[in-house]
Parts: sequence; C-alpha cells; structure tokens
Amino acid sequence: MLNTLAQAATEAGEMVEGLKAIGAGLGYGLAAIGPGVGIGTVVGNAISSMARQPESAGMVRTTMFLGIAFTEALALIGFVVFILLLP
Amino acid sequence: MNVFALEFPPVSHLFEWPDIIFSGSLFAVNKTALIYLAAVLITSAIFLTAGRQRGSLVPVGVQHVAESGVNFVEESVVMETIGPEGKKYLPFLTTMFFFILFSNIFEVVPGIQFPANSRMAVPITLALVVWVIYNFVGVRAQGFGGYLKNSLFPPGVPKALYLIATPIELVSTFVVRPFSLAIRLWANMVAGHLLLVTFAILTQTLWDNGYIGAVAPFSMLILMTGFEILVSVLQAFIFTILTAVYIGGSMHAEH
Repeated sequence: MLNTLAQAATEAGEMVEGLKAIGAGLGYGLAAIGPGVGIGTVVGNAISSMARQPESAGMVRTTMFLGIAFTEALALIGFVVFILLLP
Repeated sequence: MNVFALEFPPVSHLFEWPDIIFSGSLFAVNKTALIYLAAVLITSAIFLTAGRQRGSLVPVGVQHVAESGVNFVEESVVMETIGPEGKKYLPFLTTMFFFILFSNIFEVVPGIQFPANSRMAVPITLALVVWVIYNFVGVRAQGFGGYLKNSLFPPGVPKALYLIATPIELVSTFVVRPFSLAIRLWANMVAGHLLLVTFAILTQTLWDNGYIGAVAPFSMLILMTGFEILVSVLQAFIFTILTAVYIGGSMHAEH
C-alpha cells in the first residue's frame, strides 16, 4: 500500500515536471505568434514605403528597426518565461 | 539515445563559468569578466590610437575604423532620432555601441565563443545608466514638473482617459523601459548562444556516430554563425538607437 502511494507520488512529481515542460514550450510558441505577425506587418509596410519613396529609405529603415525592437520585446518576454519554466 | 543529442546539458551550465582568480571574493574574475575587459580594452584602444595619430586627410587603418564608426552613429542614430542638438551625446552613444558590439561579437570568435551580454549584470547596468541619463536630460530640459507632466499626461488625450493613460505611462516610462532595454539585449544573446550550442552538440554527436550525418547540422551551424554576427551588430545598434530615442523624447516635449 505504502509502496503504491510512494510510486503514485513520484509519478505525480514526474507529471508536474512534464506539464512544466509542455507549458514552457506552448508558452513560447504562443508568445511568438503575435510578434511574428507584428514584425511581418512592420517590415512589409516599411518595404512598400521604401519602394514608393527610395529617397526616404534611411528614415524608414531607422523607424522600422524601432518598430521591430518594440514588437520583438513581447516575443523575448515569452522566451524569458520559457527559460524560467525549464525544469 | 546519443544519436539524437538528447543529452543536452542543463541550460545554466552553458552560461556559468568557474572563477579564475580571486575565487569567492567580490572581485572574482571569470570568463565573462575577461570578455568584458577585452571589450573595454579594444574599444579604448581603437579610439585612443585614432585620436593620438595626427589625422591624415585620407583615413587609413585604425583611424578609418574609428571615423566610420563615429560617422555611422552620427548619421543613422543621432541625426535620425534626436537631431542636431543631440550631437553632445555622440561620444556616449558611440562608446556604448562599440562596447556592446565587441562584447557581443565574442559569441562567434573561435575559441572564446561566448557572448558576454548573455549574463544579465552588464545589460541591466547599462540600461540603468540610460534610465538615469534620460530622466536627468528630461528634468534639465523641461523642469521637474514639466517633465513629469509631459511624460505622465500625454497631450491630445481626452480628460477622462487620463485615468487609464497615466498609470500605463507611469509604468511604461519609468519601470518597463530599462527592463525591456536590458532584456532585449540579454535574451537575444542567450537565444543565439543556445542556437549555436545546439547545432554544435548535434554536429559532434552525429560525427561520433558515423560521419555522414554531421553534414546537415554543420552547415546549419555555419549559417547560424553568420546570422549571429548580424544579430550582434543589430542588437548593439538597437540598444544605441533606443537610448537615443529615449534621450530625444525627454529633450523635446510632445506637443
């Protein structure tokens, strides 16, 4: 009886570890969706405006990097949570 | 099970280095500290050598490196974000750009291969320095009340919305900014290092288990090394340009 209980407890512990790993992986994947779409929008619009007005390319490029940096922060926070949750 | 490189070392083992000298004391030196020391020495060496030479009209060698670096930061960081009145921050921004660049680029230097900025200490210190500077600039340019008013009550917002906007601005301007600045640099370097380590371990394991399987991960390793050079430069650039944006934002009040 005690043996079975101990075994169940170990299995529960392993299960918690496994669920943690699943949560970490899913968390990073979910956190990457929004920034992925966002960075695509930023870069796409920057490219079309550079193609329309090549003389403003320098300014657009700087602003594009800024937009990428701000959008990317969300994905990076997801990555940090992923590292914190790793067993 | 060795074939699939499932025996990945724990993540912390990739980033923690044993102390080399003064172990256990406050001044303990490990690989990370040595890389930072090298980055400081390289940055100072480049600019001190270039500054000591009698400037020739056609810059060559170190002088060329220093001049094009200063020119790059001036043209694409200061002029694009702050404007001509930001030129007095050019030395600070240039030094920071080169320091971050050199401590990042050790990620791909053979034999060293560790980005020093994948430890949080120096990125968070740099971010706090930036925090102090842009707040100081804001208070000096607009006065304490004016700076608080402009950063907490953005103009053009309906009065009732200040109930929501002011706490958000308070948190995002004074709390989140330095942390997002530091985390951006740190997490990019951690991710890059993990990526390179993953492909390196995979290559080694497959090489040990018959040579042919190692071709695919090795070519990915080479590709990723190139990509990480780009990321190192880009992160140094983004850290510098965000600093310039913050300084510019507290220098000019939004109207």
